Amino acid sequence: MTPLLTVGNLSVTYPTRTGIIEAVRGVSFELGRERLGIVGESGSGKSQTGRAIMGLTPPPGIVRADALSFSGVDLLAATPSTWRDMRGSRLAMILQDPKFSLNPVMTIGRQITETLRHHENVSKREARHRALEMLEAVQISDPERVFSLYPHEVSGGMGQRAMIAMMLVCGPELLIADEPTSALDVTVQLEVLGILDRLVRDKGMGLIFISHDLRLVSSFCDRVLVMYAGRIVEELATADLGGATHPYTRGLLDCTPKIGESRHPLPVLERRKEWAA
Amino acid sequence: MTIRIENLSVTFDGFHALKSVSIAVDKGESFGLVGESGSGKSTLLRAVAGLAPVSAGTIEVNGEALLGNRRSRAFRRAVQMVFQDPYASLHPRQTVDRQLLEPLAIHGIGDGERRILKALDEVGLGSSFRFRYPHQLSGGQRQRVAIARALIVEPEILLLDEPTSALDASVQAEVLNLLEEVRGRHGLTYVMVSHDLGVVTHMCGRLAVMKSGEVVETLAATDLAGGRMVSDYSRRLMVASKGFSREVAPV
Ligand SMILES: Nc1ncnc2c1ncn2[C@@H]1O[C@H](COP(=O)(O)OP(=O)(O)OP(=O)(O)O)[C@@H](O)[C@H]1O
Ligand SMILES: Nc1ncnc2c1ncn2[C@@H]1O[C@H](COP(=O)(O)OP(=O)(O)OP(=O)(O)O)[C@@H](O)[C@H]1O
Ligand SMILES: [Mg+2]
Ligand SMILES: [Mg+2]
Repeated sequence: MTPLLTVGNLSVTYPTRTGIIEAVRGVSFELGRERLGIVGESGSGKSQTGRAIMGLTPPPGIVRADALSFSGVDLLAATPSTWRDMRGSRLAMILQDPKFSLNPVMTIGRQITETLRHHENVSKREARHRALEMLEAVQISDPERVFSLYPHEVSGGMGQRAMIAMMLVCGPELLIADEPTSALDVTVQLEVLGILDRLVRDKGMGLIFISHDLRLVSSFCDRVLVMYAGRIVEELATADLGGATHPYTRGLLDCTPKIGESRHPLPVLERRKEWAA
Repeated sequence: MTIRIENLSVTFDGFHALKSVSIAVDKGESFGLVGESGSGKSTLLRAVAGLAPVSAGTIEVNGEALLGNRRSRAFRRAVQMVFQDPYASLHPRQTVDRQLLEPLAIHGIGDGERRILKALDEVGLGSSFRFRYPHQLSGGQRQRVAIARALIVEPEILLLDEPTSALDASVQAEVLNLLEEVRGRHGLTYVMVSHDLGVVTHMCGRLAVMKSGEVVETLAATDLAGGRMVSDYSRRLMVASKGFSREVAPV
């Protein structure tokens, strides 16, 4: 079976006045209809990897790869019109800063209905109905009110859920979720994960789940990639997380504060130069 | 009592975001706010900072009642807020350097160069980040700049809205240690919002659990950790914090 997504030797660089920033350095992986977690240090290139797959690397960023293909489509050669058709419908990404990524001058409801109407031939009424349903599915308790609010009028977690609703409304085949639940309380978090889980299981969606929450990743994903300084340093089945060998991954497991523990100060990592080699 | 909030209500266009909320935080205390997304946690912090439409109730800081949304210059130095959305704290067209220099200039604090380098170093960002713009940073790097910006003026009270939600565990541990160390050294008072009960119970002695614009319960962190809560909602939060499980996943 050909994988849903193939990423071969992906690199993303930014030329700046003071030199070149290497955000992603030679990342390779394949994704099937599964839940793949990506964890890694702040600044290690997780979001930049996701954005490059989606063709959303901002200028002056330069994306290079030996292979970048989605369901047989060569993404490196995709034209703007191919992207317009695919992005939001077949491939979608929940961005890390949802409130910043949403259009500030358009209501939440209108952003969802427009996404839907851009990709599917549905009436205004039907679009509104589906948008409200989607908002309800992500546990927005008063969808009618939130539908008519602007991004600056919703809470952090509501903005995050609005973005999730917008990205799921067309039923994508591949979803990249960048810290999709970091602003959600734990009960809502589980509901949202339940939705993503069912999309993978029942609809065969492929999911890349970027998160720094090891506890969530280990309970939710099938496999996990660990990134450090632009590279994948370790790949594990989540069941084997406890057997991680890279010192960064091992350190991570140790420095999370846990309920009912008292460790002051928390242990911190002794980062080594060779990890970033 | 450093912060005393009594019967505070905030209303947006007829929507009651806070319904008669009361909390009291002692000097030197670290107080947590947890609860439902949309329950009014950020609104509560924003009200203290003078950024929310208060419709009833009182806010007192350091014994002084705050009127409306006016805040004195002394208040604006003594009380710093780290916003949930780091983009909201940062000016999009200013370099990190400018953003750290500005509060120093406003409050007439000298020795900028040294303070900026120290502030960046403390949040784990080297001097190579100094001349970047916010859009050239990762989510967690932006969050750390926002924290550095709040700490650089040496405030007395920090209002922290999900300060480590975008950080991986290793950087989170460093930032939490930094916050604890600064608090211990200068006797700061913290009010901290977090969805991560592990983080809140680590950082805070007491906390309030919020739901639908109300405080459902105020309790000691050790009582939360020990399962000694009175409200069902707090109990549900504790259960959910154990992680995702396919067996109990809601259908
Ligand atoms: N537009 C840009 N110009 C220059 N450098 C950038 C730009 N965007 C990101 N970077 C740099 O690329 C690196 C990787 O960033 P990325 O956003 O992928 O990190 P991340 O792993 O998602 O981190 P976090 O967990 O903090 O969100 C970072 O060091 C960041 O500073
Ligand atoms: N400017 C505004 N206009 C209208 N409603 C607002 C505005 N600001 C906040 N609200 C509403 O107030 C409620 C509380 O929002 P708040 O941001 O305080 O929640 P929160 O507890 O911080 O949630 P989260 O954990 O998701 O960040 C939400 O229902 C939100 O829609
Ligand atoms: Mg990121
Ligand atoms: Mg909030």
